[in-house]
Amino acid sequence: MTLNNIWVFAQATNGAVNTATLELITKARSLASSVSVFVSGDGAAIAAAVGDFGATKVYGADCGAHLPGVAMAAAMKSVIDGGDSPDLIMFPQSYEGRDAMARLSVKLNKTVITNNVDIEDSGSGVTVTTPIFGGNTLVATTFTGSGPFLAAFRPKSFAPEASGGSAAAVTAVVVPDLGAAGSAQVTAVHVEETSGPKLDEANVVVSGGRGLGEADKYAMIEELAKLLKAAPGASRAIVDAGWVPYSYQVGQTGKVVKPSVYIAAGISGATQHMVGMKGSKNIIAINKDKEAPIFGIADLGIVGDVHKVLPKLIEALKARG
Amino acid sequence: MNIIVCVKQIPDPAAPGALNSDSNTLKRDGKLVIDDSDMYGVEMALQLVDAAGGGEVSLVSMAPNGETSGMRTALAMGAAKGVLVSDPALQGSDALTTAKILAAAVQRLGGADLIVAATESSDGYTGTVPEQMAEVLGLPSVTFTKKIVINGSTLQASRQTEAGYDEVTCTLPAVISVTAGVVEPRYPSFKGIMAAKSKPVEQVTASDLGVTPVGWDGAGQKITSVTQAEARQAGEIIEDDGEAFNKIVGFLENLKVI
Repeated sequence: MTLNNIWVFAQATNGAVNTATLELITKARSLASSVSVFVSGDGAAIAAAVGDFGATKVYGADCGAHLPGVAMAAAMKSVIDGGDSPDLIMFPQSYEGRDAMARLSVKLNKTVITNNVDIEDSGSGVTVTTPIFGGNTLVATTFTGSGPFLAAFRPKSFAPEASGGSAAAVTAVVVPDLGAAGSAQVTAVHVEETSGPKLDEANVVVSGGRGLGEADKYAMIEELAKLLKAAPGASRAIVDAGWVPYSYQVGQTGKVVKPSVYIAAGISGATQHMVGMKGSKNIIAINKDKEAPIFGIADLGIVGDVHKVLPKLIEALKARG
Repeated sequence: MNIIVCVKQIPDPAAPGALNSDSNTLKRDGKLVIDDSDMYGVEMALQLVDAAGGGEVSLVSMAPNGETSGMRTALAMGAAKGVLVSDPALQGSDALTTAKILAAAVQRLGGADLIVAATESSDGYTGTVPEQMAEVLGLPSVTFTKKIVINGSTLQASRQTEAGYDEVTCTLPAVISVTAGVVEPRYPSFKGIMAAKSKPVEQVTASDLGVTPVGWDGAGQKITSVTQAEARQAGEIIEDDGEAFNKIVGFLENLKVI
């Protein structure tokens, strides 16, 4: 089948669409003539922004206090039942994206393919590419049967490019009654933003791992990050250990980063972590263990103790002013 | 308070993963172990049952070859019983079919007040099964939870978000997925390990559960190719002689970062 009508699951905060949404719209418009977006909240707030990237229609569903996944899936199903049935729905590999696509897959009885980094329409089939084994192996999977096909993509899989389109037409969608599933409600929102540049947008990222030894030593990472105008990051091990909040995590289950310089200090390079940072242009690794997998992908590898190398590096950078 | 935990039995993660060359499915021939991610759910379930002052923790799992060694670990930690769905027909099943199977296994156990799963498995990591199970069962769900408190028939959870966390409430019964590190999983005691050997695990097939089609027939996808990604080359590796920091400074200067 050929893709004609694609939906993109959009995410926006206070009316600003996130980069992952714009990446997916950019890819969608290269695959199909009609691109619509589906967003939780007021579609009008993002109509100009998504139109500028090539979307012609925006469906906005007011989810109220509902956890968005279940409400968005029900709203999408009601639009599909109403006659606008897409051939493909592209989701971001995010919390809301995964929840919504999982609920919708059951409602439509359609498979989901997640963790993708690419998609291709050959005219006779739609194929997505998924990296496995830490990105060493690429699996191509073709959807069978009829659409809508449901696929989730990792952030930064496609470069966002504006098309200069006009504002998308806005349609408000009423969320149907959710029954028992609707009882999950958000009662409070907590933001644990890091200071300085955002982790997934920074030009330089400095991450620390278990090799730091103890939570207090993470201060070295923050100091170095500040000197380099970088975002501080972390491996899953020290997030799980509670040294830093989850919002610092780089990796499969955290943020995907592609800065021009990534500094990994005291990180051995578990598959989990490498998946989130191996797209960085330049990688510097500091680790005691010369067998650490991180050295296999580092452009500059220092086999040494982070407790000795980092303080000297910090002093040298301070001395430069 | 009765809780069902979904446990996945996976190939030892310490060994490098491999695919079967004929089917492109993950090799799962050897002994399987409990997915580390599921240890947190088992521990949380045991603690919640304790806090409620009664009830039990049961397990559901889907694995080839009647494999129960991973389930035995959870039974040794304190779970009471389990249902294992093992059936050659299940090979190639997608996440949706897996969710239908696990939901049917939950119903075979008579349901529960709470159904717990990890956020994603360490070998397949599709990350949609808990939410799909909730939809199949018609239940509310809270995914990516870090902290759970139960008051009567209401659950209060902290749920991870991209920016921090949300506080979420929902009514029971419900499905939750728990993130790693939320609790410290206990080590099974010797007594627990011995007791686990005689705890009941019922083995059933997909057709016993009335779920069809399954395996490749039920999957709306087929693998068309498997290729090696272009490997990133390692660069210069040096031992720190006390002056390695200068190398980093030079590297950053070259890139005009400083």
